[in-house]
Amino acid sequence: MTLRDMRAAVVLFLGLAVATGLLYPLAMTGAGQVLFPRQANGSLIRVHGRIMGSMLIGQYLRGPGLFWSRPSATAPVPYDAKASGASNLGPDNPVLRQHVASRVAALRKADPGVRGPVPVDLVTSSGSGLDPDISIAAAHYQVARISRATTIARGQLMALIRRYTVPRSLGFLGEPVVNVVRLDLALWRREGARRPR
Amino acid sequence: MSPAAFWQIVLELLAAGALSVPFGHYLARVFQDQKTWLDPIVDPIDRAIYRLIGPDAVNQAMDWKGYAGNMLLTNLLMGLLIYAILSWQGHLPWNPLHFADVSPFLAFNTAASFITNTNWQAYGGESTLSLFSQMAAITFPMFASAATGLVAAIAFFRALGPACDKGRNLGNFYRDFVRALTRVFLLPCLFITPILVWAGSPETLAGMVTAHLVQGGIQHIPMGPVADLEVIKHLGTNGGGFFNANSAHPFENPTPLSNVIETLLMMVTPMALVIAFGRMVASPRLARVMYGVMAFMLVVAVSVMVIAEQRGTPLLAHAGLMQHAGFGQMGGNMVGKEVRFGITQSAIFDTVSTAFTTGSVNSLLDSYTPLGGMVALVQMMLNCVFGGDGVGLLNFLMYGLFAVFIAGLMVGRTPEFLGKKIEKREIVLASLALLVHPLIILAPAAWSLMAPYGVNALGNSGSHGLSEVLYAFVSAAANNGSAFAGLNGNTPWYNIVLGLVMLFGRYASIIFMLALGGSLAAKPRVQETIGTLKIDTALFGGFWLATIIVVGALTFLPALVLGPIAEFFALYGHHALSGMGR
Repeated sequence: MTLRDMRAAVVLFLGLAVATGLLYPLAMTGAGQVLFPRQANGSLIRVHGRIMGSMLIGQYLRGPGLFWSRPSATAPVPYDAKASGASNLGPDNPVLRQHVASRVAALRKADPGVRGPVPVDLVTSSGSGLDPDISIAAAHYQVARISRATTIARGQLMALIRRYTVPRSLGFLGEPVVNVVRLDLALWRREGARRPR
Repeated sequence: MSPAAFWQIVLELLAAGALSVPFGHYLARVFQDQKTWLDPIVDPIDRAIYRLIGPDAVNQAMDWKGYAGNMLLTNLLMGLLIYAILSWQGHLPWNPLHFADVSPFLAFNTAASFITNTNWQAYGGESTLSLFSQMAAITFPMFASAATGLVAAIAFFRALGPACDKGRNLGNFYRDFVRALTRVFLLPCLFITPILVWAGSPETLAGMVTAHLVQGGIQHIPMGPVADLEVIKHLGTNGGGFFNANSAHPFENPTPLSNVIETLLMMVTPMALVIAFGRMVASPRLARVMYGVMAFMLVVAVSVMVIAEQRGTPLLAHAGLMQHAGFGQMGGNMVGKEVRFGITQSAIFDTVSTAFTTGSVNSLLDSYTPLGGMVALVQMMLNCVFGGDGVGLLNFLMYGLFAVFIAGLMVGRTPEFLGKKIEKREIVLASLALLVHPLIILAPAAWSLMAPYGVNALGNSGSHGLSEVLYAFVSAAANNGSAFAGLNGNTPWYNIVLGLVMLFGRYASIIFMLALGGSLAAKPRVQETIGTLKIDTALFGGFWLATIIVVGALTFLPALVLGPIAEFFALYGHHALSGMGR
């Protein structure tokens, strides 16, 4: 190892740090802000100028007149975007068994008339704890309850679900999903002033 | 397996294969100093960098010691810089959320993790790191470590190549490193980052946004320069997330399409490198055999993981949940998985991530079924199902030397690899490279399981808890970085020991392999005769695969039996046995 090599190593790593650790992210930030400003700033949902969340970040949604979002394992509160994460419970962990059972019970309690097996995504927490989506079946599962609570006809609710369904990417990748944040926002706007903020 | 799952797997693997061929030819051209159509744009940049570094340093020929020494020196400096930035991030710019300095243990672990291309994260990104740290201490080593792994492999290829007969010149580390950065890694990042932004990944210097929610209450949503990090994280087989949830986080991986883009980015360089190997050693037939063996292992792995996860778990079935796909839902084991990816895209991503030792996850492996989690473990134990940029192929070649040696002994032929005799020194070096891996996994894992400070960090108990510890050390040693994340790795014991395992796992095997390369390079090439064992055949490919599996199984089977296999029988034992009776 010569002095020449030492110098080369120092220069290389400093130059590289500046190029890839500063110039590259800053240049990409500039490009992103110019090309796709909405996405680059977090796909925020604004209503009358007020930020009501991000289309991509789930919210803790419960209550008789709302479509419920998936359970979330973030701490200290569910859907805490400052601390994304999963439950990391193993496939046979008794805590998981207990969680799932109480979630199923809560769903049945909210709508005693509901029948059929529960869609698995509706009672399991996601990987990020911030999943903004539920499956189509999970949305349908809740229609009867919401219809009773809001007096919106089932057919209209089904039409709303269709409207906020995102199909598989390119028609075959991933799963079709219902963006429950946007769906509930639409419900909320429809109810208008009736719902207290 | 459902037709939808089948076609997603087939088309994704075919797309990766189709990309790898032209990219492989491109890699070979770049590192053999042949012309490419990008030269008019990139040459001036490279020349400017060479001037800065010093023309003498860039033009000198290096033997394996010079190459390895300069690589280690550069990496050491980078590690120190990362450690310094993390330790003082509270006093550095772009810290909108006012995060404190990172503690010494965690800073050591993180610096070791990111220079070794591991990207094990004992911290949650959005709750620990400033935007400056995310850029200068995370994004930067993602480029540097990927380039390091790549050029180490390139130097080894040169040692085997026809240009190196009886020579000692493995090329010039600085020149290779700069060319890897500008021509292989940086350029694609510039074009793919905007695509990820379009898909929904943020790219901003605003640290956090406050939202007033539909149901009342507020939500603080952290963001930052995410998309640019995502691209190099996958292209460089790095794997460290901007956020704690890694590629499960909707900002890191917003749609199934972004998921496929990230998956392909992980696969393309290690696959292309096999093609480049074939060209650089002038034996494309051998490269095709190697490619085939690795692709076979990958196909088996992805199939097992998809089927295991789609099958679901008895726990979920007993709770009265749908476990079959259909009727507008995906069924299966959705614990720790995102709805937009479902079972199939989750399992494909995590298989690829543990095969190509990226370590980013879009679904949390700790909650996978025993078999699904075991696929991830086994791929990292073998560490050569394509593997990470550069190093995966080196491991595969290491197994190849053993295969040649064993086969040579069995049929009574002199073991030769590409016309170079494999003798005692080579087998000793390859054995050392081979044995480091299980040693640095099994010894500290066993220690952790016997010590209270090791066991207290577990998130699950029983055989699953054992898997958590085993997984941590396998992941660190294979420089993967994914985790059974129920284990709390942010303790002094795990930070230090895992940090050391990552460093040994990376540099010991690279140094042994470069030494091996140096030894082979110095040998004369022997003429192929009737007595030469042909290695570029499907038959030898099968033997190569058998060598990998037998050696891997002998080493790790006992640990697997105690972990995922025991868990599998505890969970499905009743069903598995009654299924056999029928």
